Amino acid sequence: MSMRISEHPILEEKRGEEITFTFEGSELTGYEGETVAAALIANGIKVFRHSPKDNRPRGLFCAIGNCSSCLMNVNGKPNVRTCMTQLKQGMEVRRQKGKGKIIGGN
Amino acid sequence: MLTTEIAVIGGGPAGMNSSLAAAEQGAEVTLLDRNWELGGQLVKQTHKFFGSENQYAGERGIDIAKILAEKVQTNNRISVRNNSDVLGIYHDGVLTFKQGDKYKKLSSRQTIVATGAAEKFLPFINNDLPGVYGAGAVQTLMNQQGVLPGKRVLIIGGGNIGLIVAYQLLQAGVSVEAIIEALPQVGGYQVHKEKIERMGVPILTSHTIKKAYGEESVEGAIIGKINPSWEIIEGTERDLEVDVICLAVGLSPLVDLLYPLGVELTYVPNLGGFVPKRNEYLETTISGYFVAGDCSGVEEASSAMMEGKIAGLSAANGISYSKKFKEKVKESKEELKKLRAGEVAREVRAGLKEVSISK
Repeated sequence: MSMRISEHPILEEKRGEEITFTFEGSELTGYEGETVAAALIANGIKVFRHSPKDNRPRGLFCAIGNCSSCLMNVNGKPNVRTCMTQLKQGMEVRRQKGKGKIIGGN
Repeated sequence: MLTTEIAVIGGGPAGMNSSLAAAEQGAEVTLLDRNWELGGQLVKQTHKFFGSENQYAGERGIDIAKILAEKVQTNNRISVRNNSDVLGIYHDGVLTFKQGDKYKKLSSRQTIVATGAAEKFLPFINNDLPGVYGAGAVQTLMNQQGVLPGKRVLIIGGGNIGLIVAYQLLQAGVSVEAIIEALPQVGGYQVHKEKIERMGVPILTSHTIKKAYGEESVEGAIIGKINPSWEIIEGTERDLEVDVICLAVGLSPLVDLLYPLGVELTYVPNLGGFVPKRNEYLETTISGYFVAGDCSGVEEASSAMMEGKIAGLSAANGISYSKKFKEKVKESKEELKKLRAGEVAREVRAGLKEVSISK
């Protein structure tokens, strides 16, 4: 069963161009305009990061930018809300460990 | 620093209608929204709305979002800033926001806060596992992004949101294993409940979740029947094999920007939590700061639209754009009264009594 909806009684299929991006270095397919979070879930990926204190797995929760559960490292930048970030060709997405390192910091 | 006459925070039904009402009175409006497109949570509502033609009854939320966004974007008195998270509001009418990667300031004469609400959470073992989603997230994934959250879903909460999301999951071809509700009866409309039951989904009242389990994400849930003291009755525990647990246990108003400003808030469970006190024109305890929609008390998008109108008209009136002000406000208030009539809005009406002030 694909995680993408292909037939729906109300919604029309309106996906953008098919594009590629990487997750943990492996190439995956997504669609222009969808969120990074949606592209990952469509590819069967549920664990987006591990929590700073107890290293617990974390995934998407609210999907509208409220809760910070979906923070990941995107193109080298940590703490990116993947539910609010639209996927772009060639994006490099990585799981975030802990609080993430700020670019140029330690 | 950027300047505007009226700043509106939030581009959902309340914020869009506030902007339109104020602009129609002649005011210059800046609408800030954190998403890349306007619409707020309407963009995932595939069901048809109730109410009257003033709230686009009979239309689906997704279509109402398009109609309102089009009106806002083509109004030359409204300037829209997408991808803009408002970070703080200050007493002197200045607010700060982050648009993309840029930190900016906006000075305004009046401010309308229409930030909406956030999903409530529920305590149970392993509730932080990936695969535990808010009901809104399930809708966003399915109805906006066209992606299924999983294959087998347990829904917690038998209010209208839980019932509607169950129906939408079934529409998308996902199996709903059960809807559980801690109360002895479901809170949602009977018509929704019966539709779900006819489609073969068990609705288990007086039931709660004990724990989720799974290595890296949800693989199942243990549920059980509860006694009147809300304790799980021995021998009633059941193991459901699900990969998604969908929480539909209500919403809390997003008052994070109002609290540090010093607006007086009060705790009203019937409205979802801490809400701002306000007068009949939706002005808070700080002059020049207005509220509309779910951030002032969780209701429906229809009432958010009407509140938006009132707040927009009132904010414009405060800076002398007063064309037919009283008449227009009266009209919107009457619409609101109709929406809040009836048994289902009894709690809302009781809640509103606790937050209304005269000023």
